[in-house]
Amino acid sequence: MADKTIENLTSQEYRWGFVTDIEAETVPKGLSEDVVRLISAKKGEPAWLLEWRLKAYRHWLTMKEPRWANVHYPPIDYQDIHYYAAPKAKPKNLDEIDPEIRRTYEKLGIPLAEQEMLAGVAVDAVFDSVSVATTFKDKLAKLGIVFCSFSDAVREHPDLVRKWLGSVVPTTDNFFATLNSAVFSDGSFCYIPKGVRCPMELSTYFRINAKDTGQFERTLIIAEEGAYVSYLEGCTAPMRDTNQLHAAVVELVALDDATVRYSTVQNWYPGDRDGKGGIFNFVTKRGRCKGRNSRISWTQVETGSAITWKYPSCILQGENSVGEFYSVALANHRQQADTGTKMIHIGKNTKSTVISKGISAGHGQNSYRGLVQILPGAENARNYSQCDSLLIGDRCGAHTFPRLDVQNPSAQVEHEASTSRIGEDQLFYCRQRGLSTEDAVNMIVSGFCRRVFKELPMEFAVESQKLLAVSLEGSVG
Amino acid sequence: MLEIRDLHAKAGDKPVLKGIDLVVRPGEVHAIMGPNASGKSTLAHVLAGRDGFAVTGGSVAWKGKDLFAMTPEQRAREGIFLGFQYPVEIPGVGNTYFLKSAYNAVRKHRGEPEMDAADFLTLIKEKAKLVELSDGLLTRPVNEGFSGGEKKRNEILQMAVLDPALAILDETDSGLDIDALKIVGHGINALRNRDRAIVLITHFPRLLNYVVPDVVHVLIDGRLVKSGHRELALQLEAKGYGWLEGGK
Repeated sequence: MADKTIENLTSQEYRWGFVTDIEAETVPKGLSEDVVRLISAKKGEPAWLLEWRLKAYRHWLTMKEPRWANVHYPPIDYQDIHYYAAPKAKPKNLDEIDPEIRRTYEKLGIPLAEQEMLAGVAVDAVFDSVSVATTFKDKLAKLGIVFCSFSDAVREHPDLVRKWLGSVVPTTDNFFATLNSAVFSDGSFCYIPKGVRCPMELSTYFRINAKDTGQFERTLIIAEEGAYVSYLEGCTAPMRDTNQLHAAVVELVALDDATVRYSTVQNWYPGDRDGKGGIFNFVTKRGRCKGRNSRISWTQVETGSAITWKYPSCILQGENSVGEFYSVALANHRQQADTGTKMIHIGKNTKSTVISKGISAGHGQNSYRGLVQILPGAENARNYSQCDSLLIGDRCGAHTFPRLDVQNPSAQVEHEASTSRIGEDQLFYCRQRGLSTEDAVNMIVSGFCRRVFKELPMEFAVESQKLLAVSLEGSVG
Repeated sequence: MLEIRDLHAKAGDKPVLKGIDLVVRPGEVHAIMGPNASGKSTLAHVLAGRDGFAVTGGSVAWKGKDLFAMTPEQRAREGIFLGFQYPVEIPGVGNTYFLKSAYNAVRKHRGEPEMDAADFLTLIKEKAKLVELSDGLLTRPVNEGFSGGEKKRNEILQMAVLDPALAILDETDSGLDIDALKIVGHGINALRNRDRAIVLITHFPRLLNYVVPDVVHVLIDGRLVKSGHRELALQLEAKGYGWLEGGK
């Protein structure tokens, strides 16, 4: 009985697996200095940025792909990937966007048209590698907020980009981040000036469309003194039976008294039930609490990707700065997730909170990997970590790799962990009250994730709950 | 309403029920008493449809339909309620939200419109008075951090809200102090009516001082060996089960 229900729930098809048929401009497969130069040239970049890319590329050649994560996959042939793809016709405004692309977004439920934007979400839509359109840009501009594609930022705000690019994740940081530095094609840029509270949630919607295309986007968010911004990122990808590489970099900077909240709902194609196809999601996300009393908060709901390798982290440099990480990660079918966070306490009185909820179903393998590091100068640093795992069925796995490195005796570090299984008794209790097995599972899973959902903006919380339900549909007993 | 005919069932590999016959009509309150491991809880679980129990013989009809053709949730929606001996905790799921979902699942099954949150809150607060459960417990996660008595009162609250045609209360009195027992007993009495049948499963006769049954059955080694009126419970209180166990 239980097995059969697991069977049903795990057999749910990916609902966003359609392919958009548009003419794409693609650079031939493979990676070389010439390809890096070509990408830079296509984007009309200044010389310093090309140099920056080349430096990264040359360093990348000396690096090895990391293998320490608790994930297993066949070797990636980096010469068998297109490093650049863009829709050929470049739109000037919203009305000029290729109708096919707009239909794609409509299927995804993204309100791209301005009149639908009353919901208060400004979207910078990234279709393959080029940002297609940025809505609400003008309204934000009046407040001095810059929210645009990365390419536009390079053209229109080169000094800001040059000042902050790589200041949190340097070009030499790690294999995938360095690769991204060499070949990133677009992404989002956001700058909130001193004392400004961004009046709406900013949102980027990423989508990988072209076949065999690696997507290497780069996001940079800067909150000046006293600024506040909440940023949402959502991702989907069409169904392909080959694996696609996604190696993004996100850098956040918070100056004195600034707050950056970054929320992700990641729903990349996870592959089919046998583990064929799906996105390899190797992402570097890091925030730097540079100023006093600054705050960076990561909230993620990870339901997609064949492999997730991702550790949104905070460098707590400013005194009294606060770092937070709230995560729900689901691994169903043959999905593998190795995710967690690093909280690096440098400044005095810095605080961090880590709440991680891992759900494993089918043959899914879910690992939490975390580092809490208290450096010698971090007087009175505080950390609280809670890592809970929920198992659905008996073929999945949950693993926890927490690391604490405390170099200052005044620190207070707490770590709690638990692993539980959706019990036959819980399910029976719910069913005896009239709930179907699926409703019961969804309810139990939502309850398990509640602490994290509370941190998401309202619409996202509702969306995440639905997404989790869909991802588990047909999966439990 | 409920007709059990020569019911045989196993818990795992072990035969536990060895030929039960019992008819329960609307409005009746039956008490099933027996020593430990006599099959009381197995009977409750088999009727509710729990996994891990296999029916090996006999039949059970519920309102004329084959009970065993229904899933546990169908039985619940058709009006069978099981009060759990060990109510289950569901972390993170609010008590009210849980009960509202269950309530609406039953309404949907009956072809009635779902009740919205505001109306439901009024309903549940009204019913909570019956078992003296505080508002605080209504918003807390289901049974999480509840005392033993609070869990049992919460079961009776669920029964009051779901309004079942048949309530099987499995050892609802176990683990209760005298005050909680009174509250629970009072709650059950308030829910007695001519349409609802109640089956009280208990080891000790003390609950029957508060809820007076129409019939008392004694279950020993998988069979109902004796049935009688309330006096039978008093006899059991005085003499224990030993004098009835000779026959096996």
